[in-house]
Amino acid sequence: MAEITQLIHQYLRHNKKFPLVFCPGCGHGIVLGSLVRSVHALGLAKDDVVIVAGIGCSGRIAAYVDFNTVHTTHGRALTVATGIKMANPKLTVIAVMGDGDAFSIGGNHLIHAARRNIGVTALVLNNFIYGMTGGQCSSTTPEGAYSHTCPQGQLESAFDIVELTRAAGAAGVSRGTVYHVKELDALMAEAISRPGFNLVEALTPCFTQYGRGNGFKSAVEMFKWLKSSCLSVERYEKLEDRTGKLPIGTFVRRDVDGLETRWANMRQALAAKKGGAA
Amino acid sequence: MTAPRKKRREAFLLGNEAVVEGALAAGCTFYAGYPITPSTEIMECMAKRLPHVPDGAFIQMEDEIASMGAVIGASLAGRKAMTATSGPGFSLMQEQIGYAAMTETPLVLVNVMRGGASTGLPTSPGQGDVQQARWGAHGDHPIIVLSATDVPECVEMTVAAFNFAEKYRSPVILLLDEITAHTREKIELPEPGDFEVFSRLTPTMPPEWYKPYEETMRGVPPMPPIGSGYRFHVTGLSHDPLGFPTSRPEEVRSLTERQFRKIDRFFEDIQIVEHVDTADAEVVVIAYGCVARSARLAVKQAREAGVRAGLLVLKTLYPFPRRHVEPMLRNCRLAVVPELNMGQLSREVKRVNEGYTTVRTINRIDGQIITPSQILKEIA
Repeated sequence: MAEITQLIHQYLRHNKKFPLVFCPGCGHGIVLGSLVRSVHALGLAKDDVVIVAGIGCSGRIAAYVDFNTVHTTHGRALTVATGIKMANPKLTVIAVMGDGDAFSIGGNHLIHAARRNIGVTALVLNNFIYGMTGGQCSSTTPEGAYSHTCPQGQLESAFDIVELTRAAGAAGVSRGTVYHVKELDALMAEAISRPGFNLVEALTPCFTQYGRGNGFKSAVEMFKWLKSSCLSVERYEKLEDRTGKLPIGTFVRRDVDGLETRWANMRQALAAKKGGAA
Repeated sequence: MTAPRKKRREAFLLGNEAVVEGALAAGCTFYAGYPITPSTEIMECMAKRLPHVPDGAFIQMEDEIASMGAVIGASLAGRKAMTATSGPGFSLMQEQIGYAAMTETPLVLVNVMRGGASTGLPTSPGQGDVQQARWGAHGDHPIIVLSATDVPECVEMTVAAFNFAEKYRSPVILLLDEITAHTREKIELPEPGDFEVFSRLTPTMPPEWYKPYEETMRGVPPMPPIGSGYRFHVTGLSHDPLGFPTSRPEEVRSLTERQFRKIDRFFEDIQIVEHVDTADAEVVVIAYGCVARSARLAVKQAREAGVRAGLLVLKTLYPFPRRHVEPMLRNCRLAVVPELNMGQLSREVKRVNEGYTTVRTINRIDGQIITPSQILKEIA
């Protein structure tokens, strides 16, 4: 407890009004805690960390943390993060987005950030729904699930985020949940440390807009669902019947240089060539 | 503006290439963009030059929205940053322009106007984006819009665009047209010291005293680069002086009013015009961009024919240079506004006119230029 209090004083903004804007039972505050703990564990200076957020419930996380924080337009967090990283590669840039933000309106930016492997960590809070606008389906809403814009059940299939980002070429892809907090802390720290583009998908329940319409009696039940259906990717792969199960852990680990490093190397080579010729 | 003369480097450049010379002379070190005719030479030229510029960075993004995002990010990180586009890309950039205005992020956006709506006439000139440049992004926000008539002016006005962006913490749009961008002319290349170059003010107070959106004398708060020890919040939501979201009427009102005031108070600095024979003119042509070149000849020919004609070239389109236009309208019997659109800047002239004189427009939207004789016919 004393350790948590210390982290709160060290990393949260005192001039910002608490409590958080999030609904009771929301998992976003847990992801916020995970973000703070992973930055602390890595020993990063607050001045060197930039949080770039999009629009939606997840976007509000930026205002609470005492880093350099930029709350951008809907879906465009990764574009601003790319500009910041290219302009100052020494900064640790973390883009915090929701599922609508990262995979629907910002889907193009996501695959291109992964393809060019810009040295940014994408933290996506996936709650399967547009929460802030009141519960419309997103590109991760499971087939058959209900929302205000699919009252008869979702007819479309959901994106498999892990496969999408893997195919696009990201250096690291992982998935965690707000039930498995210790693991999420570790996944975050690993993603932030690895060069290139790294994506962490954090499953976080939205009882208010998703759970109530989809047969969950309480927020606690949604956490229990995360507990019972998610298991480590290593164990998942050994399962014979994978129905209703979801793997968590790190799926992709690639050894690549971030775009900002490749750019710097190219400049260095140019300068050496020029110097050699003179 | 020009330094003492010595042997200067000369070049035979496109307007688009001259923009790059201007940008680098102004201290631009970051470019993000997406190819689009007729602006692409700006991007290609930047891709060649920036790897050799100290701290230079260049990135080709996946679309124009992303380009603006990267430019905004780079500017927040302390860079002088720019992008360039044309009509369709300009439409895509509008939301981000509004974000830059709201967060008071300096940047330069060059829009090389082509003909028509939608895909229109990609390789022909137009001036149909004038009102969009002012009002394209939603919500009330101030903006600075500049233009240029020839290749040397492409250098000068790009420098002016960066200076205004930095001085007033505002996005600045430089409106060119396909003719100006693709005309090749001999120019003297800018040398260091040719131009007065302005960089944004950074805070000098300790970080804990710094308020990123504080009311200051000039209305323009200082702006530290991200990562320099001043940790603050940037948001497109209406925000208080500390940068945090607010919906308190008093705070919302004072934010928007300050954003307008910081531009309004400095009209004299921002509004650049050129007077040609206007002192005794009874007929005045008001023009900008490539059309101003035709107007220049038309006015000269009208003078030779005995008509007291004059030309007012607008290099700043917004904030609209009312203080230059209004006295002219009071004293002439006819004002002519030739434009490559259905009548966009003429709306502003008519708004200012208030019954002083007759305002006639010449509009051409077929992808061809307005010729000197076309203007001469209206004024002589």
